[in-house]
Amino acid sequence: MSPRVPQKKEKFTIPAKYWMLAVLIICGILLLVTFLVDIPNTPANVVVGYTIVPMQKGVTAVGSFFVQRKEMLTTIEKLQKENEELRTEVNSLTDENIQLKQEKFELLSLRELFELDEQYSDYEKVGARVIAGGTGNWFDSFTIDKGSNDGLEADMNVLSGSGLCGRIVAVGPNWARVLAVIDDTSNVSAQVLSTSDRLIVSGDLESMKENHIRFTDLYDEENKVAVGDKVVTSNISDKFLPGILIGYISSIESDPNNLTKSGYITPAVDFKHMSEVLVVTEMKQATEE
Amino acid sequence: MKKFLLNTVLVILFFVLQTSLFGRLSVVGVIPNLLVILVSVMGFMQGDRNALIIGFFCGLLVDIFTFKIIGIHALIYAFMGYVTGKFHNTFYPEDFKLPLLVVTGSDLGFSILMYFFTYLFRAKFHFGYYFLNVCLPELAYTLLVAVLIYPLFLLMYRFVLREKIRE
Repeated sequence: MSPRVPQKKEKFTIPAKYWMLAVLIICGILLLVTFLVDIPNTPANVVVGYTIVPMQKGVTAVGSFFVQRKEMLTTIEKLQKENEELRTEVNSLTDENIQLKQEKFELLSLRELFELDEQYSDYEKVGARVIAGGTGNWFDSFTIDKGSNDGLEADMNVLSGSGLCGRIVAVGPNWARVLAVIDDTSNVSAQVLSTSDRLIVSGDLESMKENHIRFTDLYDEENKVAVGDKVVTSNISDKFLPGILIGYISSIESDPNNLTKSGYITPAVDFKHMSEVLVVTEMKQATEE
Repeated sequence: MKKFLLNTVLVILFFVLQTSLFGRLSVVGVIPNLLVILVSVMGFMQGDRNALIIGFFCGLLVDIFTFKIIGIHALIYAFMGYVTGKFHNTFYPEDFKLPLLVVTGSDLGFSILMYFFTYLFRAKFHFGYYFLNVCLPELAYTLLVAVLIYPLFLLMYRFVLREKIRE
């Protein structure tokens, strides 16, 4: 072995394997810390809030132009057809609406008598824009353009249109991340509106490809629950406000244990085309006894 | 310094594009993974040390934005950079096949690791289903994007990175 002659401009560098080792250790520590300590608003959230989020907003504004163009090309014919159908529907709905208004008036006066509060419609809500989707195909979360500066907090419920869309899991100063109810890790305690039977709605990547959400543990002794029934969030859920529509039962079958039932729900929200959402700023009161 | 600035800009640019633009242009329910392209091509062009640092920061951004537990993506992307960086010695700008092979390997490896760490541990065993419906479409879409943007990477290499090496 001949001694290695050092060259003039050679700099001393740390071999890559030690860098890899350092990264491994840093990541290990980060994993442990974030796994053990639950901090919804970390300093990192603030940093990315002022660097990455403004750019995402810009790109989304430009990007939605392209997305709209792409959709426009495919849907003009479909839209015309839909327009006709909708017109006929509007006519029938206006009729129905007038009737309903009369009934609502009656309902309101009756409620006043019973001193019942209107539910659901009088939750205070804030509108927000979706500025970024998820980063991969394994999880369903998205970023919205409002955060702790606008009074948002972790665990607030997010609606889109008339249905439940998810809940906030992380907030930065000007952004928040929403975990969709269709995410593979999401579980929501719910109930069937007509019978008040409780069930658990769990997001599932496999069933979401067919536009369904799975539900399990439906305890329905009298076999009253049928396809088409509305499923809403239950009043025993600790993260979700009661009475928010999740979707409609699309299929149902008995479990092998003959006690519970499971099946699929068609969600009330179109998760593929969300651009604006509503955040309910009221929180479910946790019992503090 | 020039390289450092370039890499910072690339990481931010690719992350923003991934989340805001490509996240919404889904085809058959999947989106391409731009970050895999960035990390593995950079490993190929700049070597293992730089690529693993690029990968670490890409993964860190992903973790902060989309994950409850920070560190898992950072580790996977850093490792990806480290491994693809081993191919740096066989890098020739004229060759088009090898970088695409590297991207293919990285994307498959990434998908399988993601399944392993985040799905298998939650007792979701249908690997066949996930492989056919998530991994393969994602791979196809990612490769298509890689073919389209690889010439841009080459241009960048010609004008910025190669000068640095000559010095």
